Formats: sequence, C-alpha cells, structure tokens
Amino acid sequence: MKRRDFVKKATLSSFATLIGTELVFGSKMLNGYTPLALQDPDPFKLFNKHKDMVVLNDKPWNIEAQAHLLDDKITPNSCMFIRNNGLVPEDIDPNTWTLTIDGESVKTKKTYTLSDLKSKFQQHTYQLTLECGGNGRAEFDPPAKGNQWTIGAVHCASWTGVRLRDVLENAGIKSNAVYIGYHAVDKHLSMDPNKEPISRGCPMTKALQDETLLAFKMNGEDIPLVHGYPLRLVAGGWPASVSGKWINRISIRDKVHDGTKMTGTAYRVPCKPVAPGEKVKDEDMCIIESMPVKSLITYPKTGAMIKNGKSLTIRGHAWAGELEVAKMEYSIDFGSTWNTCPLEKPENRLAWQHFSAKIDFPKPGYYEVWARATDTNGIAQPMLLPGWNPKGYLNNACHRIAVKVT
Amino acid sequence: MSKEEAFRAQVKKVYRLLMLLLALFIISGGGLMYYMVNPDALDFMSKTETVAFAPIEVDEDRIENGIHVRTGLIDAEGLMTVVNNCTNCHSSKLVTQNRMNAERWNATIKWMQETQNLWDLGRNQEVIVNYLVTNYPPKAKGRRMVLSDIDWYELED
Repeated sequence: MKRRDFVKKATLSSFATLIGTELVFGSKMLNGYTPLALQDPDPFKLFNKHKDMVVLNDKPWNIEAQAHLLDDKITPNSCMFIRNNGLVPEDIDPNTWTLTIDGESVKTKKTYTLSDLKSKFQQHTYQLTLECGGNGRAEFDPPAKGNQWTIGAVHCASWTGVRLRDVLENAGIKSNAVYIGYHAVDKHLSMDPNKEPISRGCPMTKALQDETLLAFKMNGEDIPLVHGYPLRLVAGGWPASVSGKWINRISIRDKVHDGTKMTGTAYRVPCKPVAPGEKVKDEDMCIIESMPVKSLITYPKTGAMIKNGKSLTIRGHAWAGELEVAKMEYSIDFGSTWNTCPLEKPENRLAWQHFSAKIDFPKPGYYEVWARATDTNGIAQPMLLPGWNPKGYLNNACHRIAVKVT
Repeated sequence: MSKEEAFRAQVKKVYRLLMLLLALFIISGGGLMYYMVNPDALDFMSKTETVAFAPIEVDEDRIENGIHVRTGLIDAEGLMTVVNNCTNCHSSKLVTQNRMNAERWNATIKWMQETQNLWDLGRNQEVIVNYLVTNYPPKAKGRRMVLSDIDWYELED
C-alpha cells in the first residue's frame, strides 16, 4: 500500500469511530474538505439567522429573537425564532412529497402531491402572527421547565398557500368531525421511529377559517427547511405549535386530537386559576386556543441614551390572538399615567399591528418605556406576570425598554 | 583523413549518442519510478492538508476555568454522570436553563422515562439531582424582575 494512501485510510478509519459510521467514498473526498459531520454546526449560517439571535438549545434547535430584531413590519427569515420538538428532517424531495387527508371523519381518504395542491386549489397570501405558547416562560416564578423563552418567540411573516378548508372539503368532512391533527416527518430526539416529536391540531372551527393555510411559501420564497419546507400548516393567532412543519398527513378526527403534545400538560393551562407553584392534575388542564393580547417595542433597542430636550421615537407591533388590538398605550412613569399612541389596522385578520409614538421626557434621568395593548374585548396586558401555570405559558406581561436622558 | 580515422570518428559519434540515450533512459525511468512511489511529486498546485486530525487529539472532556468545555456544565461532583446521562438526547443547554428543586427534577426525570425513552438511572439519579440542585439552584424572580444587563448606547437621530 502506498504510504500516502495508508495515511489517508488510517485517518478515514479514525473518522469512522468519530462519527460512528463508515465514510463511504471517503477516499474520493476532495483534498482539504472537512465532512459535514465534523463541521462545527454554526446555526447562524445553517439557518441564515441574524448574529444577534439567541440560541436557547442546540439539540433540538431552539433560537429566539430579541425585541429590536423584530422591527420589520413583515419579519424576515433572519429574525424568525426557531422552535423544534424533534430533529429537522433531511433529504426532502418536493417532487415526491405528498399530503394525505385521513381520519375517522374524512369522507374519502385522499392523497395530494405538492403540484396537486398548487394547481387544484386557489392560492392565498396572509400575514400571520405566530407566537410560541411558551414565549415569556423565563419570567415565571417558581420557574417552569422547558426552553426559557424571554420575548423573542414571535414573528409575523407573509405566508402563501392554499386554504386548509378547501383541501379538507375536497376530501369530504363528515358531520361528526371535531378536530384536525397533523403528522409530519421530523424525527423524535430518541430516534425511536415509533414516536412523533409533535402532532398537534385545532378544532374544526379554526381549521375552516379563511386564514388557516397549508403554506408552501414564506415571504414570497420556498419556506426555509427549518421553518417547515416543503409544506407547513399555518394557523395564526394560536400557539405556534398548531402550525405544524413538514406536514405529510392531516387527520380529521371525531374527537379532540390525541397526538403527541396534545395530552397531559403540554400546551395546556389550568382550567381554573391556581396559586404559584400549585400542583395541577392533568384532567384540570385545558388546551390553549387563542393567544392573549400582547405587544413589543421594537425600536429603539433597550439601553438608549438621549440628550435632554430631545424627543424619542418608539415603534413596535401589537397582536391579540384571534382578536384585534383596539388600543395601544405607553407609560414612562411605571404605569402611573398612560398615553394612547397611533395604531395601524392589521394588513389582514391575524396579522400584527404597528404602533409608533414620539415621547418627550420631563427631565434627565433613568426611564422605562412600558407598552400596553388592549384587545377588542377590553382585555389589556398586565404589568405584572399573568396567572402562574405549571408549564409557563401565556406570559403577556407588558414589554419595557430602558432609556436614559442625559 | 584516412578511411580508418573517419570510421573511428563515426563510431565515437554513435557511442556518444547511445550514452546520451542511456542517460536519458535512466533519468526518465528513475523519474517514473519515483512518480509511481510518490504520485503527488508532480502535483505542484496542491497544498498539503491533514484531513481532520485535530478532533482526534483533542480531549473531549477537557475543563477550562471550571467549565466542562464541550457542554458548558460546571465542573463539580457528578459532572460526568450528568454529561453521560443527560446530554445524549438533548442539549446541555436544556439542563442549565432550567432551575428546579430536587422534587421537580425527580418528577422531570420520571416524565422523561415515561415518555422520552430515558433509561433507568439507578443510583446515578441521586448523583445527578444533587449536582443539579447544588450547581443550578432556582433563583427567586418575584412577579417582575428589574431590567438588568442593559447595554447602554448613544442613540443618534
């Protein structure tokens, strides 16, 4: 054996022990190339994310934005949070991808290719607010387990696809239909092929809304892999976990869907309010539906110092789950007084709304600008943490930024 | 010039030519032999690259400034038991960002065993829970925390 080949082969076999598998065609590898398995996974490059995004978890990947990254009216991919329950699938072939509609309450089980969906049904585009049910979890005391999201697990992108309703009606919905449940191709962290990382859904009323889409485009382009390529269910205003990624099957159920993370305590809050830290039985936990009213100040970034006498422009977004935001206010005196600020109408139902204000400060010093949204039912964001719940969901407490007038 | 001398001169010429050919043959033959043994000799453009030697020599479990570099976990009693049992399926980041008491960690372990294919930890369970509550104790947060770690900057118009 030639010496050089021997060295290469020896290196490749140590490789095999490193990555736990043989490197087939390793000898054909280009000089100077480091195999993917050994590359340091840089999530910012991997998912095209802004450098200020915060990695909460790398297995599975969970990454959140910071308030100032969400300043765009339509969130670009670079600043969209990533929430995964399992492993991001690989080797997706859009040409062979199919979506099957089945379940107890489907009239005819039907399978559609991606081109069927694109050609047989009318396409629609909506801006839809998706917020993780656990956004704000980090603030709960006693702490709740799970990814400690602060404020950045929300985005409003523009989604293009076909209405879920049109596809479900094409297959036929029996009169006893109650719920839909999605199934997808992502793998469970344990690699157990019999386990689904997540399989959630929504009641028929939500499934049949105009804005509930089977989307294949995000912000005008193919959906990025980590956000659900090639097909994602998008149900704006509800916990983002309803908007399943990498969807290949939707079941029309004659009961509340019982897939992974539908049961037990997942995406559920106590049906009745409980004291912080109180134990709650599974049967006393209710499924989260619409997300609560909330807002974010996206400009300026917290920590701004301005000269005395200068006014400060703030802007941000507000959203209210299934509802609309009716009023937007800010306070610079810790809630003693509130000022109403201009608020735009949503681009479409379930899109977040934009607000802005020009603030004058009475004298130099440390200030906090607090923002408070009120929905069309008159429900406002609390300044303190809302009701404690075992899994730390639905924290819609007011967002605030620190400002110094010098 | 006699006929004989002319003949000698011709022989000398032929001899020189043959010697030149022999020398060329030896040089090129030697070169070819060298090339067979070391095929990269004529590849002047390629740079020598070592294919991923570095990871083999690095100590996977090295500790720097009291931190287990690969996982970011604090180096303390029970560290490797935690590394070996708690970072296979999920990231260590999921461990360190969660702060719980012993009762809730035990409940979480039970949940992982019932639903996430976590194995029986045996005596290691106590070691793991002790490590977690000692090194990552819960922090009191109240109903709203003071804004901290503010990165102050001059805001220009």
